[in-house]
Amino acid sequence: MSRSADPRGAMRRIALLVVTSAVATAALAAGTSPRFGFGKPVSEADLAAWDIDVRPDGKGLPEGSGSVMDGEAIYEAKCASCHGSFGESNEYHVLAGGVGSLQSAHPERTTGSKLNHATTLFDYIHRAMPYNAPQSLTDDEVYALTAYVLYLNDIVGDDLVLDRESLPTLVMPNADGFYPGVGFMSVDGEPDVKAPACMKNCPMTGKEISSLPESVRGAHGNLALQSRPIGYIRQGESMAEVQAAAAGGGAPVAVAELAPEALAEQGGCLACHAVVGSRKLGPSFNEVRERYQAEAGARAMLLAKLEAGGAGNWGEMPMPSVSYLPATDRERLVDWILSTPATGATP
Amino acid sequence: MKDSLLTGTRIRPAPENHLGEDVIQEARRRFMGGALMAGAAAMAAPAVAASAESLDIPEWTRQLGPGVGTHPYGMPSRYEANVQRRESPGLTRTKQSSVSFTPLQSLFGIVTPSGLHFERYHAGLPDIDPAEHRLAIHGLVEQPRLYTMDDLLRLPSESRFHFVECGANTAMEWGNSAVPTVQYTHGMLSCSEYTGVPLKLLLEESGYDRKLGKYLLAEGSDGAALTRTIGIDAALDDAMVVYAQNGEMLRPEQGYPLRLLVPGVQGISQVKWLRRLEVGDMPWNTREESLQYADFMPDGRYRQYTWIQEAKSVITTPSGGQVIMDKGYHQITGLAWSGRGRITRVDVSTDGGRNWREATLQAPVMSKCLTRFRCDWNWDGGPALLQSRAIDETGYVQPQMKQLREVRGTRSIYHNNAIQTWKVAEDGVVTNVQVS
Ligand code: HEC
Ligand code: HEC
Repeated sequence: MSRSADPRGAMRRIALLVVTSAVATAALAAGTSPRFGFGKPVSEADLAAWDIDVRPDGKGLPEGSGSVMDGEAIYEAKCASCHGSFGESNEYHVLAGGVGSLQSAHPERTTGSKLNHATTLFDYIHRAMPYNAPQSLTDDEVYALTAYVLYLNDIVGDDLVLDRESLPTLVMPNADGFYPGVGFMSVDGEPDVKAPACMKNCPMTGKEISSLPESVRGAHGNLALQSRPIGYIRQGESMAEVQAAAAGGGAPVAVAELAPEALAEQGGCLACHAVVGSRKLGPSFNEVRERYQAEAGARAMLLAKLEAGGAGNWGEMPMPSVSYLPATDRERLVDWILSTPATGATP
Repeated sequence: MKDSLLTGTRIRPAPENHLGEDVIQEARRRFMGGALMAGAAAMAAPAVAASAESLDIPEWTRQLGPGVGTHPYGMPSRYEANVQRRESPGLTRTKQSSVSFTPLQSLFGIVTPSGLHFERYHAGLPDIDPAEHRLAIHGLVEQPRLYTMDDLLRLPSESRFHFVECGANTAMEWGNSAVPTVQYTHGMLSCSEYTGVPLKLLLEESGYDRKLGKYLLAEGSDGAALTRTIGIDAALDDAMVVYAQNGEMLRPEQGYPLRLLVPGVQGISQVKWLRRLEVGDMPWNTREESLQYADFMPDGRYRQYTWIQEAKSVITTPSGGQVIMDKGYHQITGLAWSGRGRITRVDVSTDGGRNWREATLQAPVMSKCLTRFRCDWNWDGGPALLQSRAIDETGYVQPQMKQLREVRGTRSIYHNNAIQTWKVAEDGVVTNVQVS
């Protein structure tokens, strides 16, 4: 046992020796000398399901392979609805385009233009995509999708097949586009900006070079309702706004029950569903209503679906479980979906 | 009376009841003299403050209130309902990868109430059963280990106060003033007392490779399985694997039941819902440290692994989107912090950075923690440009926006620690501006 590090003396060590003796035997057998020995000794193989990280040198890449050709179909089925068929959608992150533009006057910051190691693309798709069903892809599918996203960026040709040998050897166009921020990597790192602590007549003109653009005023709602209505300094864009908020002598602002549309927005439904109109990842709520409106038991079926998730009624893409929402909210949502008028207002 | 009000020398006693309509009216009247009163008169009852206030016995004095246990887990007064985390409209496309901001303008002292700690998720909020949660430590170690929460709670623990600031805090202000209040300019910042196990202890338990083990990969167990590389020096210095926040277990939003805390380092490295730590000999270049969370520099290249949050400060009262309702005495107060250690000084300017005076630092002043500063101010009713400037124990001085831009341009997104300017107009309205 390593003892030198413990300043608190022998009593504690003795106690620890007693409590850890059982585990310590196992640990010693494995050649380590932990002070406490809590936690279960495991092998790297035990951790395989979690240990999926891939480094720039390729360490961590699994067996398997996938081609640009395979990737196309998988991408269309599982990615295009959010990222666009050509990786062009800026709904979330633009996956493709702008390669080589970063150092120009008009840099286009996309996944493809920024990417410095293809391993990072593999690692991320593997662990986090598709967004609605992370860690559902097979290793072959991840190889194929990595190849396909690179192809969408014209970084590779359409005949590429990737596996653990070939992937780390690919050189990305932006390979030299990153360097470590050494000054930020430790508390004694050298700062890049050095400002003097001038106290009198400092070189500031007091000239206003920017103020809140008129176009964004009001974008954050009524500021007077965003802090407590007491004190001689109150929140509000003007005295009139402060005054209006305080009408009634500083009464609390009731937190109104969210309207169903707002609840659907809050609950994340609208990332995948339109209220009326065409399909996004899932059917529009209007389509759902039209299909089930007259069906007895539809309410219970939909409530069960919201709780458990599942696929097959509209396509292969699964609906994720939304059991994170309180049951009452799920009920309100289903009742609203089943009664949304065909011309219902889009939030 | 009017004269003494205008000179701003009279300090009003704190009012005994809620400042209601009457106070606003009075402030308005005193503020604007008679000029605007004609217009305002139609809106409200005449001001009453000149006469002594006659007291009624309030309703709550004449009643027996609800008993203990009405709220087994307490709630703020319903009159505080406005004090909430809020999102900045249009900032993100999905709630599950989004951010909500801490209402810094409404808080006192240095501790962020746990329910107001800012939120940032990448794949929504996981609902983790602590009995099933595990932490793996492996890689360049003699013996990989898997810890239950039982194991972790049994190990020697420490409690410390630290801030957590998202690397993208104040991102919207790189190019120009963009958002109205300090909640949105600086609210990806919170401070808590954290309790957990020193990471050094866990690394030593694992028999990590002291020669080759220069980096750690930390991974969350949420749907993003978010990963970041941590330098071993920071890991061995003051990093912790924490399970508690402000005396209770972590809130789900902050990583229940387990998160990494690397004090002074940007928020994305404080991996929440922590499930795995791997020791390695090179950085991983994960998506969250290359495609995202890397600083776009003027030469079109990215600076990555920019871990430390440099010294920064902001005045929280008075601040953007507020109205100063009376001339005379007000306290200027705000927050200062540094990822490099303790704050040693905060200066305040009321003329846009030309002249400065030293503010008072309120105890306790702790390393890599929010520090509250304050200074007295007599507002004369004229225009003012309020700024604060933090200096930390390494001597680093928080820069003006223009000094920062000279080196980093305007497109970086991350690590904007520039001095914030709040403009006070003659009508008392405070707005977010940038000055040269
Ligand atoms: C339901 C919508 C959705 C689907 C389907 C989806 N994504 Fe994503 N994708 C997102 C969101 C949202 C993000 C950003 C997540 C975040 O903020 O951390 C993202 C991020 C990414 C990124 C990182 C971009 C960058 O530059 O940081 C890649 C690469 C990616 N997705 C690839 C894919 C692939 C490949 C698929 C198909 C297997 C897929 N996505 C399916 C929504 C989706
Ligand atoms: C990540 C994408 C996604 C999110 C978020 C999402 N859904 Fe869905 N939803 C789907 C998909 C895909 C389907 C189609 C499933 C199928 O084919 O069975 C679906 C189907 C449905 C259906 C019809 C179910 C059926 O079996 O016919 C309802 C109702 C529904 N969703 C409601 C909601 C509500 C309410 C929310 C928010 C609380 C929500 N969804 C969030 C993707 C999503």
